[in-house]
Formats: sequence, C-alpha cells, structure tokens
Amino acid sequence: MPICYGRSTIAHSRSLIRPLSLQELDIIAEIPKEEYILKCTSACAGCSDSLALRYVLKAAGPDTVLVVPACCTSVIQGIYPNTAFNVPVYNIAFGAAAACASGMSNAFRKAGKKTNVIVYAGDGGTLDIGIQAMSGAFERGTDFLYICYDNEAYGNTGMQRSGATPLGAKTTTTPTGKTDFKKDIDAIIAAHDPLYQATAAAAYPQDLFKKVRKALTFRGPSFIHILAPCPPGWRYPTEKSVEMGKLAVKTGIWVLYEREYGKLTIGAQSKTAMKKPLPLEDYLAPQGRFKGIDPRTVDILKQRIAKTSAKLLSEEAAP
Amino acid sequence: MKKIATGNKAVAEAVKQAGPDVVAAYPITPQTEIVEQIAEFVSSGELKSRYIPVESEHSAMAACIGAGITGARTFTATSSHGLLYMHEMTNWAAGARLPVVMATVNRSLGPGWNIWAEHTDALQERDTGWLQVYVSTVQEAYDATLMAFRIAEHNDVLLPVMVNLDGFLLSHIMQPLDTVEPGDFVPPLNLPHAIDTKNPAGYGGLTGPDQQFLIRWDIERSMRDSAKVIEETEREFARRFGRKYGFTEDYRCEDAEVIVVAMGTLGKEAEVAIDLLRKEGIRAGSMRLRWLRPFPKLELKGKEVVVIDRDYSFGRGGILATEIMAQTKEELFSVIAGIGGQEVTYENIADFVRNRRRGTEFWFGVNTYV
Repeated sequence: MPICYGRSTIAHSRSLIRPLSLQELDIIAEIPKEEYILKCTSACAGCSDSLALRYVLKAAGPDTVLVVPACCTSVIQGIYPNTAFNVPVYNIAFGAAAACASGMSNAFRKAGKKTNVIVYAGDGGTLDIGIQAMSGAFERGTDFLYICYDNEAYGNTGMQRSGATPLGAKTTTTPTGKTDFKKDIDAIIAAHDPLYQATAAAAYPQDLFKKVRKALTFRGPSFIHILAPCPPGWRYPTEKSVEMGKLAVKTGIWVLYEREYGKLTIGAQSKTAMKKPLPLEDYLAPQGRFKGIDPRTVDILKQRIAKTSAKLLSEEAAP
Repeated sequence: MKKIATGNKAVAEAVKQAGPDVVAAYPITPQTEIVEQIAEFVSSGELKSRYIPVESEHSAMAACIGAGITGARTFTATSSHGLLYMHEMTNWAAGARLPVVMATVNRSLGPGWNIWAEHTDALQERDTGWLQVYVSTVQEAYDATLMAFRIAEHNDVLLPVMVNLDGFLLSHIMQPLDTVEPGDFVPPLNLPHAIDTKNPAGYGGLTGPDQQFLIRWDIERSMRDSAKVIEETEREFARRFGRKYGFTEDYRCEDAEVIVVAMGTLGKEAEVAIDLLRKEGIRAGSMRLRWLRPFPKLELKGKEVVVIDRDYSFGRGGILATEIMAQTKEELFSVIAGIGGQEVTYENIADFVRNRRRGTEFWFGVNTYV
C-alpha cells in the first residue's frame, strides 16, 4: 500500500488585486491562513481543481479525510512516496468514492469521531461511473460531503467527453463537438432531497468557502458542484481560469445557488446575470473547445440557459 | 453451545462473536441468509455493528475498504455474480492491506441463471491477494469464519480472507453446530496504517515503476508468512476449543495408492467413497484441500491422483487440477463434476476412481474422456 506523508508546510502567497467589499473582507478574515495543499503539486498551470480544493480544505480544517476516486486530483497529489496534500487522502477506484466514504463515515461515527469525510471527485467519477454509488450513499443518509469539481470532461486521461461535457464542446472523443446536452446532476441530487446542496465556482473562492463551511454543519449527506475550468482541456490561456469561471456565471451558463432543507436561494452574482446576462459568445469565444461552433448550437445553449434560469427563479419564488 | 444450524446461520453466528464494527452487504442467493441474520443481530442489539445496506456488491467492498482504513473490523458476504461485480474492489482491499473477512457462498455463473453450487466464482478471485479457505460442514463454516478474523488481522498478514462454502449444499443444509465462547481468541484489531488526521498520509496515490513492484512483493511476502499464522491460529483454536484443522483434511491417505483431491462438500463426500473402495480392495484415500491461498505443498509423491473440480478454466482445464499439476510430476486424472449444482454422489466419486485414466480429463454427465 503506497502511503506517503507530507513534509513541506510553506504557505502560498496571496495578493489582492482590487478593493474588496466589507462583506468580502469579513469572509477573508475568516478564511484560515493554514494551507493544506503544499507547494509542488503536479497540477497543470492554471488548474482550478487545486484552486477550489485549497479553499475546500481551508473551510474543512485538519480533521478531514478526502476520498478521491480516479480523477485529476489523484495525480495532483504528487508521486509516491511524496504527497503535496496535508490531510489524509484515501484514493479509491473510479466508481467507488461515495461507497468508500460511506464505510469511512460509518466507521468514524461508530468510533465517536466527528472527522469530516469529503469525497472530492471529478465529473466523470460523479455523473458517469460513480453515480450509482453516489445515489446509494445519498439515499442511505450518509454523513458526508460530496464535492464534484467539474471540468466538463475526463481531464486526467486527456479530455474525453463525459456526461458533464456541454453541447457543442469539442473533446478528444467528440472531435466535431458534443451532440448531447450536459447531464443535470444537480437535479438528480435534488431528487435525493439532501439536507444541503450548492453549486459553486473555483473563480468565487469566498462563496465556495462559505458553502463548504455550511455543508459541513449538516449531519447527513450534502453536495457541492464546483465549476472548474481547465486550461489545457478547454483550450484557453492558463492565466484566464478565474476569468473563465466568472464569465460562466456572468453569462448564466453556470448558476450559483444553494438549496438548504430543499429551499433554493440563487446567489447574488447569478441573480444579476439572470437580469442582464453577458452575451454567451463572450464565454465561448476564448475557448478552443468551442471553436467553429455552429450558431444554431449557440442558440440552443442560450435557450437552455433561459429555461434553467426561469425554472430556478420560479422555484425560488415558490412559497 | 450445541444447536442445529444452516451453513449460512453458522457464518452469521461466528460474525456476531467476532463483532465487526461495520458490515456492508447486498443480497444475493444463496448468501442472503447470512446478511439477513446479521441485520437481525444488529437490529436486536446483539451485535453492535454499523450495518450499511449498500446498493451493490462493488459498493459493499468499497464500504468495507473505507471503514477498514479507519482501523475498523469489517465483514461482508456474497456469491457468484456479486463476487464478480466486486472484483475490482477485492483487488483493492488486498492491495490496501485491509483484513476484510468475507463469506462467499459458491455458486455458478450465468448465463443461464443457475443458483447452485460451483467454485468458479471464487476461483476467479484466485490472484487478487485474498487468502481463501473452503469448508465442508456447518461446524467448519463457523470455525473457519471465526479464525478468519484472527488470521486476516494478524500484523504479519493484513490481507483479506475469504471463507468459501458451497451454495445450498452447505449454505442451506442443517447440521449440528457447537458454538464457542471466543473470549480473546480474536484480539482487538490494531491496523498499523489506519488513518490518523493528526499524522496525515496519502493512501494509494500515483505510484511509479520504481515502487509498484515493491508493494506487490510485500503482498506476496505476507501471503507466504500467512501460512505460519494459519497453522498457529488453527493450533490455538484446537487447544482452546478442541477442533483440529489443517491446510488439507486427509482421510486414509497413509497407505493409499490413489488419492482423491477435491474442495468443499465434494471433498467430504469423497470420504464415503473411500470407505466403499477400500471394501473392494482399492487402496484409496482422500485429501480435501481447505486452503487454496496460500496454496500448500501437497504430499502426492508416488500416488495416483484423481482431482475433482467443481469449476473450469475454458481452454485449460479444472482449476484445482491445474494448480496441482504445477506441483507434481505425476499425471493426474482430472474430473469435472458438480458444475452448477450437478448432483455428485459418493457412488459417482467411487466410479471416478474405479474408471480413472491417467493423463485425461473426464466431464461427468457428458461422460467423455478428453
């Protein structure tokens, strides 16, 4: 059994590039300085998986175990006998993360331990091969947090299409663009009626931090779906990961919301985007995966966005 | 305590006494009675386990792995397609050095849907790093299950153990069962690599070509060491509770010229055939193989050997016969019998011996020597 222990504890530096609101400053003050992702990960430049995970772990704290199925995060940890992660990480087979976490959570609780059990899985491991185990774990009321970081393809194996790949996106197995819609995993999770579920984006770390903190207060299953733009996979320059995430929200193709005890609240950023979205083309144009996309496909995507917004707004307005 | 029980109930009884922290299981015929019984023990409070009613066998083993790595004692049970479905995770459990104990109620594989006894299911798990024991009576199912926890969790082993019992022929047969007070026979589990959030470690991450073989070799080394632990555990079991076991159960082998080798209930049935053959003046003996992994050195030198396989590897032959061929220069008579619960009586076994032909394979029922 390859087991590796982290050594380095050097913190990342963080710089602020614009004035912050008082509310944002409050959250930043709350975000711990401790780093659980150490230097020298094997992530690609501009990786938003590791950016998101950095904040997930800051929110969760040291009494946390990550359960990671095959995905980019299995690689990012580094190569045995080294690891760049400073919380225990249990790597498990592709379709097995939620079931493994289910056993782990039960064993911890039986032993009287409150240790957070967090699945950190990619979109393939969640929407495709891992969906059965995940559905089972939610149905059984497992006390855990399931996080799906979504780069909309099998990134680790070189960008093959997954159930999360959006319509029109080119991947190595959809060389002329995907002809099917992205699977609505959030609706599937909602059907399990979890205590808490949310969407988030690596580009909005404070929002993500708050949501992870909140999710971990529930004793039962909770779910967070994070949009994680991928520079090599989506084919945009590495420095634009945060911009891509923000454009996804501002164009409305990614909606930030949370559902607490079934009650939906749409995030302020998405509320604004729903009222006055940026043109979808602003999001599609910088990405090589959408190069040459048929204008009719763009129209279908826009209709889809409008439909999703209307659905969410009406759910939120419902008493 | 003396009672009457089925093979399945006997396994459940032993599990109750070993007291796993987590049991994760999924129903499948003919194993279901084991997990039903355990669920009953848990709901009545007799067994203080967390019972996870998973949605598949793949998840059953994954949950045992997740629980196991926290240092918890774990158990599951399955059969046939359930075992095949968890195959990816059986490999993981062994690779992760987790002492999961699992009862496999051996059953045929589809298609067609045949729910009766056959060993091909467990034999397809032969190379996963699990220790495998095959039992032949209700009492032995109980004893072997209890011992399995002690063997698996021994720090010289730390590998999972599979207790195999024949579907229906043993799982659903009532026989006398004498349960014991195990006391400290199964000591508390001390998993040296259990997760500790105060000393964080990465488990099973990316491993290069310069390391993987070392990890594999470590499994093999423990598998070899497990033979000593098995002997020691069976000796201690005999000392405390009076029942003796070994890698094989030999019956009238000392002066035998021909030896029947088989596993499970067929191996027990063979003893009756031996008595019959002895009356006819045929110097026969039987050797029931109990432990398939680690595979023991069999004393077969200079003997004629009849191997009965309730299993098959297409294009090669009976799996047990093939294992034995790797160990002996003697030409075997290989019999394929009992597939999918096909009835095999002691009379049939006596016939195999009477009509044996060295160096051939005989399919019972098809009645062809190949």
